[in-house]
Amino acid sequence: MRRLSRNLAPYLLSLPSWVYLAVFFVIPLGSMLGLALATGDPLDGYVMSDNFSEFSLAFSQYHAEFLRSFIYGAISTIITLIIAFPVAYWIAFYGGRNKSTYLFLLVLPFFVTFVIRVLAWEFILSDQGFVLGTLKNLGLIPQTAHILSTQWAVIGGLVYNSLAYYVLPLYVALEKIDRRVVQAANDLYATPAIAFTRVIIPLSAPGIFAGFLLVFVTNVGDFVNAFILGGPGTYMIGNVIQDSFFDNQNYPLAAALSSMLMFLLMIAIFLYAKAFGTDTIQDYAA
Amino acid sequence: MSKSSPPEGQNLAFLRGLTQPRLSRSDFMRGAAASFAAMALSGTGPADAATVTNWKAWWEAQKPTKEFIFANWPLYIDVTSNGKDHPSIDTFTKQTGISVTYDEVIQDDPSFYAKVAPVLKSGQPTGYDMMVITDGWYLTELLLQKFLVPLWREKVPNFNKYAGASVKNPSYDPGNKHTMVWQSGLTGIGYNPKLTKREITSLDDLWDPAFAGHIGMFSDTNEIGSFGMLKLGINPTTSTPADWTKAAAVLQDQKDKKLVRQYYDQSYINALQNGDIWITMAWSGDIYQANSKGYKDLKFVVPKEGCSIWHDNMCIPVGAKNPLSALAWMNYYYTPDVAGIIEDYVNYICPVPGAKDYILNVIKDPDVANSPLVFPPQSSFAKTHEFRAFKSYAEYQTWVNTFSPIVES
Amino acid sequence: MSTTMIMPIMRRPKMEIGRRLLAAYTGLVIIYTMIPIAVMIVFSFNIAPNGRVALKWLGFTLAAYRHAFGIQDLTGALINSLIIGVGSAVISIILGTPLALALTRYNYRAKTTTDIVIFADIAAPAVVVGASLLSLFLELNIPRGLITILISHVAFNVAFAVVVIRARMTGLDRSLDRAAADLGATPWVAFWSVTMPLILPGIVGAGLLGFAMSIDDLIITNFVAGQTLTFPLWVYGATKIGTPPQVFVLSTLIFAGGVGLAVINSLINRRADRRRQG
Repeated sequence: MRRLSRNLAPYLLSLPSWVYLAVFFVIPLGSMLGLALATGDPLDGYVMSDNFSEFSLAFSQYHAEFLRSFIYGAISTIITLIIAFPVAYWIAFYGGRNKSTYLFLLVLPFFVTFVIRVLAWEFILSDQGFVLGTLKNLGLIPQTAHILSTQWAVIGGLVYNSLAYYVLPLYVALEKIDRRVVQAANDLYATPAIAFTRVIIPLSAPGIFAGFLLVFVTNVGDFVNAFILGGPGTYMIGNVIQDSFFDNQNYPLAAALSSMLMFLLMIAIFLYAKAFGTDTIQDYAA
Repeated sequence: MSKSSPPEGQNLAFLRGLTQPRLSRSDFMRGAAASFAAMALSGTGPADAATVTNWKAWWEAQKPTKEFIFANWPLYIDVTSNGKDHPSIDTFTKQTGISVTYDEVIQDDPSFYAKVAPVLKSGQPTGYDMMVITDGWYLTELLLQKFLVPLWREKVPNFNKYAGASVKNPSYDPGNKHTMVWQSGLTGIGYNPKLTKREITSLDDLWDPAFAGHIGMFSDTNEIGSFGMLKLGINPTTSTPADWTKAAAVLQDQKDKKLVRQYYDQSYINALQNGDIWITMAWSGDIYQANSKGYKDLKFVVPKEGCSIWHDNMCIPVGAKNPLSALAWMNYYYTPDVAGIIEDYVNYICPVPGAKDYILNVIKDPDVANSPLVFPPQSSFAKTHEFRAFKSYAEYQTWVNTFSPIVES
Repeated sequence: MSTTMIMPIMRRPKMEIGRRLLAAYTGLVIIYTMIPIAVMIVFSFNIAPNGRVALKWLGFTLAAYRHAFGIQDLTGALINSLIIGVGSAVISIILGTPLALALTRYNYRAKTTTDIVIFADIAAPAVVVGASLLSLFLELNIPRGLITILISHVAFNVAFAVVVIRARMTGLDRSLDRAAADLGATPWVAFWSVTMPLILPGIVGAGLLGFAMSIDDLIITNFVAGQTLTFPLWVYGATKIGTPPQVFVLSTLIFAGGVGLAVINSLINRRADRRRQG
């Protein structure tokens, strides 16, 4: 009896989410992505067929945007990790009783909708604004320098928006590290740097990976930052999907692009997992 | 998966086929997976919106109701200074006894269309008696699919009486059979003379290398395509695909020479206010707003080659529960005093020219009444062109495929 | 968490400096995230001619604060957003925690498939998810409104919750709950008394993340909202005609409320600490 329930346990625990995700994610999404193979138009209707031409079109026409998205996604994820790690580390180890308060403060800017945050950033970073205007007046940067409408503004926007999303999983993973282990490492190794790379980083790997999932995956598919902060030559694949859906109403193309994006991201995730030598993706640090 | 393309010319074959027993199991599985998305996004819904053939009889069968549900863009109607009340709506309710539910649910045309079209296609009511849609592909699409109720013009006598020439008989809805304009706007050039260091008069100025890196263009293909043609002296309203290609070449050239800083949506106005761009495609109403909130330097000009005029249109979606109330509202709106009250707050272009006197003499707000941006002189109207009204999805696709590579990159 | 962790570590002076630097750095990062909020707060006191905010200083006024809740649609939208944010965070935790538990602790047949679905949920572009959910609700004839927004937000928040909670569970010492089981505790009791306290930080993290994702979502919400409005929807739409000062004021009030909660929380904690020491 006990053994039976033990065998059934994972299924029982998974069942509620499975049902929910099946009904409200897998089936509708599958139905939508299936349109990639359809032919027709939004007025006369679609017929299902085995038409794979959207995929080759999607790739031949938009491979530059795919590549760019992955590059922006990778750069922004790495920068975010570097900024977020010390923050998560300090909160986890020295945050004391106010740990959740600090986390809450990091999430607080999201309460103010992104439309307003972007409006404010445009104001702060404008060519003659607080930051650039001051630097220009001091003669530190040339008069023609600008940040907005460049790829750096896009990457900066991605980093800003994903900071909290990286701190949270990192914190969650770091917080469970037994301090005696850290203590032992400090006693054992010659320098704190070695203790850090040999002990803290491996132990926080689940957090690094979880954050990578959240931040890299969402940033590669992002369209808001490129649209508002970018200039010519910064279009990302998320923008193309957005346009092909809303403006061009080319639903098969949007579906094909989305499938390809998800597929490529999946490969990236598996490559990441592979690089860290693990079979089951999220459990390698166990 | 077996090869199972349905026979040609049978667009609905796929869905109807689902009910027929000869389908193999794999066909069925595939059908189930793809069915409802295809249905929601295309015209293959269960209920055909065009079931009503005799609209006159339909209208006569309608009974007056005491309700009216009006979907509009945020802040697109008069609001008292405490932000709570809409005097024009309150007066309407007082006069007619019709209670109004005013929903500010329209954020932009593409996303609003994406939200209501599947509902209409599935044969369900949108829940709105009236909605405000900009002329362009989405409005055309609603019209082509017969998702808009033809108006019973006899019930809106004020339109003939008070509507300005610029809103009568528009190219996208000849004879105002389905729509009446709520507000219009001009797409011209906005600029900051302190930064351009000279007055702007021509579309050529948007191609002036002196402003390289500080020129703003719109990302909307309708807007940018029309400007490309105006620059070449082509009337966008009557243009042909060959004209589009020429226009795209000029726009591509502008981009290749690194003249354009960014292809903007509504956020161009922030960039103009902040001084990031010196000269840009601009909407008249935005520049008026900017002037009145402290950016006094900014100017709007109708370039000598002409400019675009767009219209946001009131229309009744099929399935509306209170269509007579919607007509009553249209008739109510098309009077100098009501249009005036609303115009004094909204500040785009009023469809009722007579509202100018009302704003001047009754509301006593000469700033609005005398603004050439809110009540443009006839000379400005003479230079305006409506967007190209597309005849089919294929035509629209050609347009989009011509101009979107400029914006996308 | 457990009392052993309160034990002070790293007493070496060099470490002390490093710790201070780290604290200062964390403060700077928090300040950096709040820069745009600061701009917004300052300009919420700006004169707003014609009922539109300007990011150019025109003079101090409290006028907009006096009518903070004046725009009924906006206030209603804000309340909707808060309800959906809290609701979707809570539901996704309730759904996600058992799944995370199953994925971390058991090797079962559907594990890889589940992994893939979770990744796909995070990777799926918002337009496609939004449109697919709208199609589904139309097909099932579910009227669009608060409930459908909530359902949709849970659908993406579940994946985020699972990922975050799993990052917590992975590598957790299992000897405690095994001991509990050996002592005869039912799995249910063992979960609540042993596992739950250990994974609580993960749940808090997932909840905060879910709330943030929900309250910031625009695309998916727009598809499934019907006639219901959320705060970002209204604000985004208002950019066509100009943002009214109430948007800044309400955002400032929410932000101030959030900071207030944080301060109260830390004061309570401090008092509790002092009592324990005294």
